[in-house]
Amino acid sequence: MKFVDNVKPDVTTDIVYMMCPMHLLKLEEQVKELEPGQILEIMTDYDGALEDIPAWCKKTGNEFLGMEDSGDFFKFYIKKLAR
Amino acid sequence: MKKIYLDHVATNPLHTEALDAMMPYLKEEFGNPLSVYEYGMRAKAAIEGAREQVAGLVNAKPAEIIFTANGAEANNFALRGIALAKQNEGKHVLVSRMEHHSILNSARFLEKNGFAVTYLPVDKKGFVDPDTVKKAITKETVLISVTHASSEVGTIEPIREIVRIAKEKNIIVHTDAVATTGNIPVDVKDLGVDLLSMAAHQFYGPKGAGALYVKQGIRIVPLIYGGIQESGRRAGTENVPAIVGMGKAAELAKAEMAKRTEYLKPLRDRIIDTMAGVERVYLTGDRENRLPAHASFCVEYIEGEAMLLLLAAKGLFSASGSACSSKALKASPVLLSMGISSSLAQGSIVFSLGTMNTSEDVDYLLTEFPAVIKRLREISPYAQGWGDREEGGEECTVKE
Repeated sequence: MKFVDNVKPDVTTDIVYMMCPMHLLKLEEQVKELEPGQILEIMTDYDGALEDIPAWCKKTGNEFLGMEDSGDFFKFYIKKLAR
Repeated sequence: MKKIYLDHVATNPLHTEALDAMMPYLKEEFGNPLSVYEYGMRAKAAIEGAREQVAGLVNAKPAEIIFTANGAEANNFALRGIALAKQNEGKHVLVSRMEHHSILNSARFLEKNGFAVTYLPVDKKGFVDPDTVKKAITKETVLISVTHASSEVGTIEPIREIVRIAKEKNIIVHTDAVATTGNIPVDVKDLGVDLLSMAAHQFYGPKGAGALYVKQGIRIVPLIYGGIQESGRRAGTENVPAIVGMGKAAELAKAEMAKRTEYLKPLRDRIIDTMAGVERVYLTGDRENRLPAHASFCVEYIEGEAMLLLLAAKGLFSASGSACSSKALKASPVLLSMGISSSLAQGSIVFSLGTMNTSEDVDYLLTEFPAVIKRLREISPYAQGWGDREEGGEECTVKE
């Protein structure tokens, strides 16, 4: 896993306490709204996201910048890439 | 014989326009809102329309409304969901003693699971004193839940003041507004609350639909896990017809509220004023800050159940205490919390009016009810010699 800090997101989505598949649903929904080059931050405490979010980025051709563990939940950073 | 329904705090009849709005979703529009084809899309659109209507009734954003099955679910969701979400910051919760069982029993559940709960006292009119809230707050307090109005005594609580105190300490505030939403103006921004519960059947909507308002940015642990309905916050296939009916009822309540109140309040006042003239009958709750269609009393030396039965025999349908305490034949915890003695609390009765009630209905009640009291007192062993006593001994009266 790639860890990062001080990433400045353009959009933040808070889905702490929400279970599968909200992390993928919100990811898809929010990335669709972004402009290429913009960064999305997803806050979640769902363990499955550790695997799923990097995998989703690979599959959809967006850049997974890394994650931060704030103790209570994770923050994932995704950069939208131009198709 | 006439049949007069005077128990609108128990439930209301369904508004015909709400029923009309629901009908297609009980028949041809049966789609699952999660389905991606047209049936599903139309059901989804119907739910989102209802969400806007309900949000409009309480001045919230549509995304802040989570549909539930009823008010009790909304209350359970609020208490458990916030306590669990905030437990790393503290494990202390404040609720008032006036709360509905869906709050009190949720609080007891939290107590069994490692939380500390303070049950806030109320005064003889049923008010929670904001000062007692302030004193009860500790460094561990994460949530305060105080009802907007008790359906049993009708007193409207000073929620704004409680919120002001809570916000000094950054504590989340929930209010159970099941009795008030759709009946008096309820504005989440004006009240300042973070969460608010409501139920459709309390404002001429159907049973089976309620909602919890959760202010944007507040994290809550779901009560029901499963699918992605309600943005993953409340799983389970939606009760589409009931939600649509709730939306329509909310729209109608907002449009007609002033007119309904103007009609109901004088009828209620006539019940209160007339009954205040009957010996040893005491109004419960506050005279001014009370639900507009709500008149509740304690009648000395008589059991509430006996009054209900004799009134029902005359075609008058009312309630004694909360529905559950009435069935369990025990004194209402709400009345006891107001300092009313358990013997007087046995004689509790609540009349709650609705738009279908007429001035003639009230005339009939005000003829029959004193007669029922008189008859029951004649056969009550407790009433023997009561005329010798100085005072009623209770302080819940309007005849102070």
